[in-house]
This record gives sequence, structure tokens and C-alpha cells, in this order.
Amino acid sequence: MAGPRNISVSEASRPVLPRHAKLRYDETRKVWVILAPERVLAPDEIAVEVLQLCNGERNVGDVADQLAAKYAAPRDAILTDVIAMLQDLADKGFLTEAREKTL
Amino acid sequence: MSDVLGNPAIPPDASDSLAVLEKQRSTAETFGIPLAVLLEITHRCPLQCPYCSNPVELDRSNKELTTDEWKKVLSELAEIGVLQVHFSGGEPTARKDLVELVKHASDVGLYTNLITSAVLLTRERLSELADAGLCHVQISFQGTEDGLSDRVAGYKGAHHKKLEVAKWTRELDLPLTVNAVMHRQNLHQLPDVIQMAIDLDADRLEVANVQYYGWALKNRAALMPTVAQLDEATRLVEEARERLKGTLAIDYVVPDYYALRPKKCMGGWGRQFFNISPAGKVLPCHAAESITGLDFESVRSNHSIAWIWQNSDAFNRYRGTGWMKEPCKSCEFREIDFGGCRCQAFALTGDAANTDPACALSPLHETIFKQAEREAEGETNRFIYRNFAGGTLESENGA
Repeated sequence: MAGPRNISVSEASRPVLPRHAKLRYDETRKVWVILAPERVLAPDEIAVEVLQLCNGERNVGDVADQLAAKYAAPRDAILTDVIAMLQDLADKGFLTEAREKTL
Repeated sequence: MSDVLGNPAIPPDASDSLAVLEKQRSTAETFGIPLAVLLEITHRCPLQCPYCSNPVELDRSNKELTTDEWKKVLSELAEIGVLQVHFSGGEPTARKDLVELVKHASDVGLYTNLITSAVLLTRERLSELADAGLCHVQISFQGTEDGLSDRVAGYKGAHHKKLEVAKWTRELDLPLTVNAVMHRQNLHQLPDVIQMAIDLDADRLEVANVQYYGWALKNRAALMPTVAQLDEATRLVEEARERLKGTLAIDYVVPDYYALRPKKCMGGWGRQFFNISPAGKVLPCHAAESITGLDFESVRSNHSIAWIWQNSDAFNRYRGTGWMKEPCKSCEFREIDFGGCRCQAFALTGDAANTDPACALSPLHETIFKQAEREAEGETNRFIYRNFAGGTLESENGA
């Protein structure tokens, strides 16, 4: 079965896009898209970067570490933003949590 | 960064459900290729639902595109920038080559949805479809128990089979949408429909009130809900949406007869949607063939699909606002709803360029609303079943 519903994203979560949500670069429109049932979402550059890091192995804290290093920005602010963005996606049903060793 | 995902709010009607990306771009672009395309790969179907969205005049199987023709269409769609395809019908699983078509669609990078009645599927075939790359399954339901559901479908055992296929869908880790088509004779089951979607572990539920074109228009007297029924349905859906946030997404479509403003049908004619009929006609809406006097180009013609979308007369006839007559022409909402539904305007007024009578500004609105209200309070419950013979009246004692 698919991942649990109603997930609550925290620093320790290891989120991943579920099988039915596909992150793709749309060559025609030159934008990144998330393809989902009856929906096409348009994540911005930062969201794309976060989602590319969410491989089911890294946790949210690791993602924040990487982005904080890359952009030389305060980790706390980044963590808050990343959690908010991922929670939004989870609430819409487009994010799941990795189970034991999905990769 | 909080609003980075745009606003994937629950769309007001099914045709707008892919508008999340489109909404940000549609005003800037002149009718760019739609994100999603509906493929009605056959009109054959074992069910006989009296509200079927197919045209009353159905395409026979010998007119259907071949496997190779559909594959060519899929490749071309991917090439011009379509991102999703819905395999629909009729009953798409009635085509023996469905697995092959889904595989091809996946190979060329398309996101694939199956819109099915489910009754012809085996677990093995569903598993083959999943392996071929199918991304999402939508199963239609006619009610929540055998008696009424099977009677509406005109097919014994349909409901039981649908429940079974819905379970297989989730076992195969495919996301499931329950599509419940609602009308006067089953709206009392709405609380059970919502519970059924939860029990089946569906991701989405579409509570789709019947829209009255084609077959449904023939059956309007047997299907039209009362205003009281609709008010109760709206209340139930709103309550359930709040309660099930993050667990079950609910899309809700109301019948436009009881609205004051018409719906932005298909997101506006030729703006963000087209479908391809079993015989390969490229259509601005799945009911468009009901409008006489329009000539629809086929994928079998010498024109590319992109050319047909951009240049064909049928797509340009009701695009934008230039074709409008009063009261649409000077209406402040003309770019919001584009005058409603062209097929409904044609069916109810005889001219597709008239204001859709669902609009309170249409001179016919009052008459039609009153008629619908009378029908809703009436006693006509027998269906005219959908079939290739132009319909068959239900017998006195049920199907």
C-alpha cells in the first residue's frame, strides 16, 4: 500500500514523492512540473531543489543542512521554510514518508 | 516560499482540474497546447448508464483508430507538450490493446490515467497495466449497494466487481479516485459514498452531479435532483472536506441548472482542453459532436494535432469572445465564464452562440429552471438506457 496519510513533516521525516506524483522538466513550457492525478503543479526553483534532495534516504534536517551550506543562509529559517513547503505538499496528498529502506 | 506550489485549490469543475499550471499561464499565452488530453479510445461499454457523457450517436467499433494510429497520436501528443492523458471511453478496457497503449504512452513520457467502469478488469490485467506504467485509476460508481447501482448501470454484478477492482488497485499501490455520479435517484446515498471512498482507501472522490447533455438530457426527468437534495449534498461535501483534509480530496460538481451563473465549460472553448473520439476526431469537448454544422478535423487527416488545435474552424468558432451575441457580448463576466457551455446552449436553444440558459441573464433561464424543478418533483423514474440502438426504455419492474 502507499505511504501513510496525514503525515506530519518534521526535521526527522524522510519524505519522498509517492509513485503517482512525478517531478519532471517540461521541455515545451520550460518549467518544472509535478504530475499528479488530475493535477499539474508548478513548483518554483527552490521547491524543485528541495524535492530533488528528498530521495527517501535524507531526512528534512539533512536537506536543510545542504541548502544552508549552499546558500550560506541561516539553517533555522531554511528549515522552517522547507517544512512548511513539504507539509503543504503532504496535505494535498502529494508526499509520502519513506518506509524502511525504500532505495 | 510558502506559496511556491501555486494554488492547487479544488477546482470548480472537472474540466478545470488541471488548471493549476494553466491558470498561471493561460492569459499570457495564446492557447498553448493543453496539459492534459482525454482519449475516448472506444464507445463500446458493457454498462448502459442513462447519463453517459458519450454522444447519443456512438462511434461503431469498425470506425475506431487502430493500435498503430493511437500510438502515433500518443507520440505526437507528447512531442507537442501534452503531459497527461486520460484513457477513457466508452469503456477503455474493452480495447484489447490497452496495455500496449499505456506502455507506449509511458515510453513517450506521458502521465497516464485510466477512467474505467472496472467491470471488465481482471487482477492480472490491472497488474499488467500497472507494470506498463499506469499512474492513476479512476473508477466510476453508480451508488453504494448492488440493487440501485446495478439498476443504474443496467448491468448485474457491476457494483460488486467495482469494489473488488478498487481493492486490487490499492493493493497494486496505484492511487484511486472514486467517481460517483449523483442524481435524484441516488443522492440519498451520498454519506455512504463518502464512507465507501474512505473504506476503499481512495485518494480522491469526485462527487459529480450529472450534467444534462446527450444521454442525460434524454433522461433528465428521471435524474434531475431537487433543490433541497442539492443543498443537503453541498452541506455534506463541505462538512466532509473539512473532516477529511489531508486524507481524502473531494471534488464537487453541481448541476448548472440550479446555478445563477453558468460554468466556464471546458475552461472556455478551445482554451485548455481537447479530446479525441474513438474515430480520431479532435474535439473541443466530448459532447461537441452534438452541435450540428461544425466540421471536426480528424487525426487521420493531413493536419497535425497542433494545427487542428490552433487553426481548425471548429476550435476557432467559439474561441475568445468575438463570436458572442447579447447578453454575453457586453457582459462583464464574458471572460470569466465565456458564456457557459456551447453544447448546452445548442441543445436547449438551437444555437450554440446563444448564452447558455444556465446563466440567469439568458432569456430562457427562468423557463428552463422551472421545468427542471417540475421534473425533479415528478414521478418519472424509468431510465432510457444508453446503447448503440439509440436507447432502450427500462421495463416497468426495473432493468
